Amino acid sequence: MAMGIIEIKDVSKSFDDFVVLDQVSLDIVEGDNLVIFGRSGTGKSVLLKCIVGLMQPDEGDIIIEGKNILSLSEYELNELRKEIGFLFQGSALYDSMSVKENLEFPLIRNFKFTQQERDEKIINALRKVSLEDAINKMPAELSGGMKKRIGLARTIITEPRIILYDEPTTGLDPITTKEISQLIVDLQKDLKVTAVVVTHDLICAKIVADHAVVLRDGKIRFQGNLNELSSSEDKFLKNFFSTDFVEVNNGNNYG
Amino acid sequence: MKSRGLEHIVRRSPTLTEFFLTVAGLSTFSLAFFRSVFVPPYEFGEIKKHMDELGFKTLPIVTVTGFIIGLVLAMQSQPVLVRFGAESFLPAMVSLSVVRELGPVLTAIIFAGRVSSGIGAELGSMRVTEQIDAMEVSAVNPFKFLVVTRILACTLILPILTAYVIFLALIGGYLAMLLFQDMNFQYYINSVFRALEFTDYVPGIAKTFFFGFIVGAVGSYKGYTASNGTVGVGKASTSSVVASSLLILLVDMVLVKVTLWLWA
Repeated sequence: MAMGIIEIKDVSKSFDDFVVLDQVSLDIVEGDNLVIFGRSGTGKSVLLKCIVGLMQPDEGDIIIEGKNILSLSEYELNELRKEIGFLFQGSALYDSMSVKENLEFPLIRNFKFTQQERDEKIINALRKVSLEDAINKMPAELSGGMKKRIGLARTIITEPRIILYDEPTTGLDPITTKEISQLIVDLQKDLKVTAVVVTHDLICAKIVADHAVVLRDGKIRFQGNLNELSSSEDKFLKNFFSTDFVEVNNGNNYG
Repeated sequence: MKSRGLEHIVRRSPTLTEFFLTVAGLSTFSLAFFRSVFVPPYEFGEIKKHMDELGFKTLPIVTVTGFIIGLVLAMQSQPVLVRFGAESFLPAMVSLSVVRELGPVLTAIIFAGRVSSGIGAELGSMRVTEQIDAMEVSAVNPFKFLVVTRILACTLILPILTAYVIFLALIGGYLAMLLFQDMNFQYYINSVFRALEFTDYVPGIAKTFFFGFIVGAVGSYKGYTASNGTVGVGKASTSSVVASSLLILLVDMVLVKVTLWLWA
């Protein structure tokens, strides 16, 4: 039986009087692709940032690979973070560095590779996202889709065991959305990673998801697979998904 | 009763509240700097890179300013000294003014305008576009990589720039004197160095380390804690200049008093 690589236990988080997460509990199984849905402002990104230690929950525990991240020292947390990749919504490429320097940054600081080994890893990562030619470009010279791909290459270059994706396809056209989504699936197969994907995008979800979670009012409203979700009789879930599912089911071969 | 009155004033004045919040935040930020600065890794490459960038960025403007300070100071002072029959003191007056006060403070203010705003905008932009978060997630301490290196670079480069400005101001002063009288350069230099003592050089240059620290710390603090998107970046940039210039003048006042107390 697969083990829970990420365990979220009764996590709550508020900003002033606004409750974003309210006693959320979730087990994410190793090797699983979990998609988290929800309307804007329902705490999806906050949950991801809590998982990686960028935000501290007000209550609850987050256990990754058996370690409660809330009780780790800075050194221990950084050691754990080497096992986790995070793709930011806006890619978050360092705009003062070239693509090569962006990819090299975590390798230089966290690992003891030779320059040759680093160069090989950079080329391999860029090859995976089909952007070898962009190696010497600056982030300002890249399109939105290219930035996402380079962000993805930077995320996977350290070969993490867990990858967290914060809206990986937002703002992209449907074709690029499908390409990025397929890339996420391919990476999961190649690298055997556990992925948590926060998205509004049903095209992406259909391609990527093994399981799905729907957040509403800070609580988990649904947990299961996409077929169960699409056939749910819950009024909120129907409203949330109905139109898009029609479009997706009519328009692609990924179902 | 008195404390309630003070609380009332602070609550009713957002500017005052913001000022106290900035002072508190900056103090905590500075403490974090001193806790991090001696802990490895040291990022010497980044410090050198920032020193190069900041030095080159400021060089043209401080070159012009340094030259003009000396020139204008000598031109303004000459008629006054002639009135008192003390024209021969002009080289001494220019050198003392430039070395003790004008050189360090004006260089620091210009440096603040040029560099503090740049640091505030750069780090602010990195904050709002999640680049700082990305660095943290990569298991790299962004405070050490971005903030400590910039503060150190500012602290180390400003004294060098100040020495350069002082040198140019003295040259400017000599050229101004040539407008009024035929003065031998050797005589001018001798007069300048006769007037200056150890207690003039050391405090003048030493305080620029504090000013450099202020410029780096304020710019970094404002940028690192920026929020609210591009509006926040703009605010971080402008408030960095205002806060660092004000702090430079306040700290200068304190340091002058300390210097006089130590060497009087």
